[in-house]
Amino acid sequence: MTAISSASAAFRGQDRGNRLFGPVPDVTGDRGYADDHPARVGFFTDTSVCIGCKACEVACKEWNLLPMDDAEGTVDALGLTGASYDNTGMLGANSWRHVAFVEQSRAVDLPMPTVGPPGAADGQRPLEDPPVVHPQVPASATTAEQSAPSQTASGDREIRWLMSSDVCKHCTHAACLDVCPTGSLFRTEFGTVVVQEDICNGCGYCVPACPYGVIDQRQDDGRVFKCTLCYDRLTDGLQPACASACPTESIQFGDLDALQARADQRLAALQEKGVEGARLYGRDETDGVGGAGAFFLLLDEPEVYGLPPDPVVTTRDLPAMWRSVGAGAAMVLGLIASAFVGRRR
Amino acid sequence: MVDEVEFTSYYGRPIIKPPVWKTPDVPLYLFLGGAAGSSAVLGALAEGTRRPALARVAHLTAGGGALASVAFLIHDLGRPSRFLNMLRVLKTTSPLSVGSWILAPFSALTTATAGAHLLGRFPLLRRFTGAGAAVLGGPMTTYTAALLADTAVPSWHEAHRELPVVFAGSAMAAGGGITTALTPLDEAGPARRVAAMGAAIELAAMHRVEHGHGLVSEPYRTGRAGKLLKTARACTATGAGLTLLAGRSRTAAAVSGALLAVGSVLTRFGVFDAGMASAKDPRYTVEPQRARARASEAAASRAAAGSRRGS
Amino acid sequence: MAEAHPVGFQWVMEAKARGATVIHVDPRFTRTSALADLHVPLRAGSDIAFLGGLINYVLQHEKEFREYVVAYTNAAAILREDFQDTEDLDGLFSGYDPEKGQYDETTWQYEGVEVTAAAGQRQSPKPGASGASVGAESGEDSDAEEHEQGASEQSGSGGPPVGGKPRRDETLQHPRCVFQVLKRHYARYTPEMVHEVCGVEPQLFLKVAEALTSNSGRERTSAFVYSVGWTHHTVGVQYIRAASVLQALLGNMGRPGGGILALRGHASIQGSTDIPTLYNILPGYIPMPSAREDASLDDFVAEAAGSVGYWGNMKKYAVSLLKAWWGEAAQPGNDFCFDYLPRLTGDHSSYQTVAQQIQGTVPGYFLVGENPAVGHANAKMARLGLANLEWLVVRDLQLIESATFWANAPEIETGELATEEIGTEVFFLPAAAHVEKDGSFTNTQRLLQWHSQAVEPPGDCRSDLWFYFHLGRMIREKLAGSTDPRDRPVLDLTWDYPTHGPVDEPSAHGVLREISGTGPDGTAVDGYTALQDDGSTSCGCWIYSGVFADEVNQANRKKPHTEQDLVAAEWGWAWPMNRRILYNRASADPDGKPWSERKKYVYWDEDAGRWSGPDVPDFQATKRPDHVPPEGAEAEDALGGTDPFIMQGDGKAWLFVPAGLADGPMPTHYEPAESPVPNPLYSRQANPSRKELRGAWNRANPAMSDAFPFVVTTYRLTEHHTAGGMSRTLEYLAELQPEFFCEVSPQLAAERGLEHLGWATLVSTRSAIEARVLVTERMRPLRVAGREVHQIGLPYHWGRNGITTGDSANDLLGVVMDPNVHIQESKVATCDIRPGRRPRGPALVDFVEGYRRRAGVETGLLGRNGRAPIEERS
Repeated sequence: MTAISSASAAFRGQDRGNRLFGPVPDVTGDRGYADDHPARVGFFTDTSVCIGCKACEVACKEWNLLPMDDAEGTVDALGLTGASYDNTGMLGANSWRHVAFVEQSRAVDLPMPTVGPPGAADGQRPLEDPPVVHPQVPASATTAEQSAPSQTASGDREIRWLMSSDVCKHCTHAACLDVCPTGSLFRTEFGTVVVQEDICNGCGYCVPACPYGVIDQRQDDGRVFKCTLCYDRLTDGLQPACASACPTESIQFGDLDALQARADQRLAALQEKGVEGARLYGRDETDGVGGAGAFFLLLDEPEVYGLPPDPVVTTRDLPAMWRSVGAGAAMVLGLIASAFVGRRR
Repeated sequence: MVDEVEFTSYYGRPIIKPPVWKTPDVPLYLFLGGAAGSSAVLGALAEGTRRPALARVAHLTAGGGALASVAFLIHDLGRPSRFLNMLRVLKTTSPLSVGSWILAPFSALTTATAGAHLLGRFPLLRRFTGAGAAVLGGPMTTYTAALLADTAVPSWHEAHRELPVVFAGSAMAAGGGITTALTPLDEAGPARRVAAMGAAIELAAMHRVEHGHGLVSEPYRTGRAGKLLKTARACTATGAGLTLLAGRSRTAAAVSGALLAVGSVLTRFGVFDAGMASAKDPRYTVEPQRARARASEAAASRAAAGSRRGS
Repeated sequence: MAEAHPVGFQWVMEAKARGATVIHVDPRFTRTSALADLHVPLRAGSDIAFLGGLINYVLQHEKEFREYVVAYTNAAAILREDFQDTEDLDGLFSGYDPEKGQYDETTWQYEGVEVTAAAGQRQSPKPGASGASVGAESGEDSDAEEHEQGASEQSGSGGPPVGGKPRRDETLQHPRCVFQVLKRHYARYTPEMVHEVCGVEPQLFLKVAEALTSNSGRERTSAFVYSVGWTHHTVGVQYIRAASVLQALLGNMGRPGGGILALRGHASIQGSTDIPTLYNILPGYIPMPSAREDASLDDFVAEAAGSVGYWGNMKKYAVSLLKAWWGEAAQPGNDFCFDYLPRLTGDHSSYQTVAQQIQGTVPGYFLVGENPAVGHANAKMARLGLANLEWLVVRDLQLIESATFWANAPEIETGELATEEIGTEVFFLPAAAHVEKDGSFTNTQRLLQWHSQAVEPPGDCRSDLWFYFHLGRMIREKLAGSTDPRDRPVLDLTWDYPTHGPVDEPSAHGVLREISGTGPDGTAVDGYTALQDDGSTSCGCWIYSGVFADEVNQANRKKPHTEQDLVAAEWGWAWPMNRRILYNRASADPDGKPWSERKKYVYWDEDAGRWSGPDVPDFQATKRPDHVPPEGAEAEDALGGTDPFIMQGDGKAWLFVPAGLADGPMPTHYEPAESPVPNPLYSRQANPSRKELRGAWNRANPAMSDAFPFVVTTYRLTEHHTAGGMSRTLEYLAELQPEFFCEVSPQLAAERGLEHLGWATLVSTRSAIEARVLVTERMRPLRVAGREVHQIGLPYHWGRNGITTGDSANDLLGVVMDPNVHIQESKVATCDIRPGRRPRGPALVDFVEGYRRRAGVETGLLGRNGRAPIEERS
């Protein structure tokens, strides 16, 4: 019987490098699973082929029996956000997949980007200038200028509509798992991070610990919920619901190694086509979370999609925190003791 | 100010989730735990140095504070009935787990000590439990700082070195202040000194938190947190000044102690609020990370250029 | 396509990954545009000008695939001398009767070919044939999205027969050959004219033209894909025709990677026209007999019998159908029970029927999976129709607005209807969903795919098969013993499907087997070529014949595409005969050799003496490419070796339609019935043969009206399904698009003071509705005819019931129709938009009346029953 611990290997003496961050070649074995554990699995979400159909969101909710909610996570509520076609708003306790919609535009000179027979096509529209992002669609006051007749020809502004299905990253160094005081969050044999709902006591610590804002507490329930990467389906040999539902293979599920190789190829292909702005996100094992189990191909800066540009697992700094906590505690003891030294009053 | 022009976000929505911790539960939990921690140390030393009145006040403060602190913590849980799950494992990566393992024995020990005081019996046990509580009293004052700092909340996390010191000082100011206010003048000397030292440390360390971390220090100076912390500063400074008079006047001692306690409470609320504000505005998450990413990209390209020159 | 057909769009993405260039032409920047290489915004309703521009570009720059055009199209055919083009008659073709608003197509025929009156045009809108003021026939389909059927389909799967082979000039130089006539017709459709009409800049237009032409020809093919919105125009059939002309010129038909792909509006709508829920055709597009013309079976099949192509076998298909329905009762001596078939007496099309409901002449109605109270253009008219019935049966998954109109129609609120005065008795019968029953879907590519029951339907929910089978069984039990001859058609039906399970569900396999057909020995036939006209074979739908070949449910084959070649012939079953690409003889050159190695598909194998390739040849397998039919040959035997379009009377793709269309032989740009701008091409503003329904419940916005200055277009969102019955009622879909909204450009928002997320009121002569405002640069004003044209986008999913509710976009629209198939123009209309919410109650009626007065439209309110207008309020 292998002992599975929800504590970080760094604190159990199994990780000789005492790492709280950086690459971990075998994150599953690192947690005490026997050597014949399954390969680490994950998602590669290629947003360059996402059509924003939200089938992933619906399939996820259907399979995991999540409640309807609005963009703020309020259960059994509806609401139009005005954020393009996104009325899901965010990942949370009730939405484990979230498709972001980003409308961008910029002025262009005609002719439009080249289109021709295969081979000559450049695939995506290259963006030479940084695109103007509209966090909120401009109010009418600011659009008066744009309605000047000279600007009303149809082709003078180039539109780009980015769509991206976000999900829990199943980090190599998962802050939610690290900070969970009950052991409710644990690393599965597939290398994924899952909440055990019968253990969670709703302390909520994982919520602000996640550098991506993924996990959240469900109102009126108190516990926290997030993507399980369909742990129940994986154990039955099925792939996650979202990946099954995705019509364009924007969401790809598989062994992480294979996905990474595929993603590298895809990126190279896009870069060869001259698609500026294409980049992998969460692929780099030397990043602040040791690489993600669910990683992405993006077409713009991560923050455009609501993703942190350079996330770092908060527990990377935990040794420093504990040192400071210890020093502070010692200081309290010392100083209070010193107050009793000498004088009687 | 960092140039706002470059900042982009997804419809202004936060990137990280703000803590779900409730207020006033959690700020009060922070305050009460801190005050109880320093009081427990004060109480044990007072007991050891034969200051029975100070010992009694400090131990009652510690016991009461610890119990209330536990109550607030449990109330804040999403599933309070499962609070014992906190003690299901001990995880050093989780300040809340470590804290629970500090808080649980600490509250048991301080409650026992305070109970012995109230019953006027079991003096030996009281000394034993009081000493035990004192050992845990130090960590009680500071682990909550790690609790806040070990999150992705920018203004908390970036201040992870200073916050334990702030909380230590604030705990001393509060514990010292409360015991100063409630103890007869002739035994309250150590409490006054603890209060004054605590206040000084709180003010100094808080100043670094409020100014030492660039953009993410901003939430400590603006908005509701800014107002709270400004008031906290005034209370703490005035309370600290009044400790000079507190040796002579019970009234001055009471006012001083109350001001320091209020200052400490407001500091906790202020720190809490600043963190919430930094979590809710994506700017505080994105901009420092963006700057860091740019810097590492630049470093990487410099390194690449260097290696090209070298070859 | 990504919006409304996300699952099918995976193949577009697959093609893109393999290097295809994806061009999206749409008034709005949609999810499809987001993934396309190029988005071309154009004014709604201007597509023929755009496509005509492309045709002109091809002809002017000699980009046509000349060998293909000469051999496989009717480009070389020579027309009559008295044919006159729209260029000669300023927007009219010869033969127009201004009084009737209809064409006589005599002058459109090939020279020297006998004009066969009403050839292939049974019950079709033959000019003057029916005398009905609103046209002769139309479509009833299961949703407003879907109204595709009619004259062209009625003529069989191909065009109507022509009376013989035309005289040809293979040099294409004769001034009256189709090629030259086409060239003249489109000569003024220049890039500048496209700019003027569509608002598409010449540079952008040329980019499309170059991409399309450089990707077509011997080595390459291009495909056109449209969703049924293309048909929702008063010139809808001509839209498709324009694409057909272009694809035929470019040699993109019958070849891999080519074609015109019609994306139907929802699952198995293709099936519901193949085995129709339409009033005017029988299974397999056999026309419904006419009360006046078709006294006997021989009369019925007479016209088809003499024609060239497979349609010449209609008697075999018809007799086999009669045998399938009436079995032993159908004998040669009684004309195979031909008398039992219902006969058409006039126009029973969808909108005409609604008008008759309002007029009180249609007492009862079945609504099955359709929600006209939300989904039909001029939904108010649909509700008024329902309110004037005696009884109504609604079979649906949910309690839709069409079943609750008597309680919560908007007209109750305005006082135009009153619950206590509505006499309609509504029977709501809950339906089973597809996972709760066995059956097949026939998808857009004619592919039958079987699905098996996963769970029993809950409660009283029942499959349609169960409903109709047991309804028929009960009726037959009630009629048992009747001696009334009129009951014989019901009593003689073969109504003996085996049943199973707790609710006696009829066997769907058994039904499919009957559809596929059986031979003299009672075993399943291999295909329609086995059918006979002597009563020895039985077949429920000749085009589906063979789906049960070898006694195997061929539609249930699920071999993954990864284990097959690109054609994937062992996935499901495609009609006819499991052919995946129709007219695939055209994928080889006239000599039978592949046009190129890259595009090799079906070709003549000289050694084997037959056509070969990965697909089933859509040609007589052993007919040589150099075959010349003998004089007097009939049906398929009359086709030559270079006649790939085997359902057409002359075996050719038609660049010019000599017979069978009500509004002209060549697509011509007319403005939508409601347009803010004049037609820059002709003085004829709108399609002169369009069909209108006149009544106080269906008023029209005048063209170029200042009261209604904006273009409005309706559409679907990925998150919802048509009239919303299957999506607004589900939490997981409702939350994704939780409110009815309109999309406007920042410029229009500024002009009209509309605020993002605020409310807007949209007004037409029909009604006024309110919607939340989404201001987005995805909507762009276009510069058209010297003025700025704003377009407003409206998803049409919302109604009063369900989890997310809102006003219905279709309340804004009127009904004005294409003359061929009578599909409404719902993709373009005009309206006004203003900030704020709409008036409530009776004030809404006054508000709309005010607009009618401003626009100079007939005013006057509806009576309580919706039938008679009452005096205008002062």
